[in-house]
Amino acid sequence: MVHPGGSRGAWTLGLPRFNKPLAAQVPLFSAHVQVSLRSSVLDPAGEATRAAAARLGVDGIKTLRIGKSIHLELEAPDRATAQAQIELLSDRLLANPVIEDWSLELAETHGGPQA
Amino acid sequence: MTVGIVVFPGSNCDRDVRWALEGCLQLSTRFLWHEERDLGGIDAVVLPGGFSYGDYLRCGAIARFAPVLEAVRDFADGGGPVLGICNGFQVLTEMGLLPGALTRNQKLHFLCEPAPLEVRPGTCQWLKSYGEGEAINLPIAHGEGRYQCDADQLQQLEGEGRVVLRYGQNPNGSVGDVAGLTNPAGNVLGLMPHPERACDPATGGTDGLRLLASVLA
Repeated sequence: MVHPGGSRGAWTLGLPRFNKPLAAQVPLFSAHVQVSLRSSVLDPAGEATRAAAARLGVDGIKTLRIGKSIHLELEAPDRATAQAQIELLSDRLLANPVIEDWSLELAETHGGPQA
Repeated sequence: MTVGIVVFPGSNCDRDVRWALEGCLQLSTRFLWHEERDLGGIDAVVLPGGFSYGDYLRCGAIARFAPVLEAVRDFADGGGPVLGICNGFQVLTEMGLLPGALTRNQKLHFLCEPAPLEVRPGTCQWLKSYGEGEAINLPIAHGEGRYQCDADQLQQLEGEGRVVLRYGQNPNGSVGDVAGLTNPAGNVLGLMPHPERACDPATGGTDGLRLLASVLA
């Protein structure tokens, strides 16, 4: 069965969300994690892209590095918790600190009062 | 003697490893599905090549959280022999059982060719039947086999004699020509080449046979 509410939230057993006012108050945070290869690590795909740019006629590119951009939304009771959760995620799963650096932008999109 | 062969969704060398162990060495094997947690009766574990969980995010990044690997980690910590081949090597580094990471080949191409290697067995249990400095040939087949670690880490690995397999002609840009690494205890080996594809004279030599046979001794 498909959740009539659309993309956000899994279908859960029990009462729908509008009958659970407490659940509706959990703030929703929007995060953008940027993962890039550490500067000491060779990026052969970036180098190949730089060479292709020159063939296209775009000259003068000195560096071109390819990374990953991850957008996610997270429910958390407050901003500090959201920050800690996404830092853990970034450090342990989204990026491999041996070869990659990451940076995080976090914003509250809607929900209850900010803690 | 029973060898456990871990099977992730996307593994594709699991049956090759079984063929080599059963067909060439008359060992018994058991496939260990990624959700399995019981390694009872298993004497050695092989993490085979392939594309575990589609290699999404990074090679081995999702596999690292598979339930079977908690059991494999305990098994390795207890001194049990663990061999990671190709994708298995990538999984071992993501798990932190071996240091460093495997990254995109320097020239971006997927490489499928024989690779001349130099063996420095040191204390590695999987390589004990090879001579110091012995030259062998094993096939490689990977797109992301460029071993990467920082200079201090590499120096430490070299100093501890843990770079046990080195490329004769570096095909992928690995630092220090690293093709295979062992852990301090010598019971865990990760390597990009495929020993299971070099176990029968009909299919490209037998230089890999002694590596797999080492679990017998």
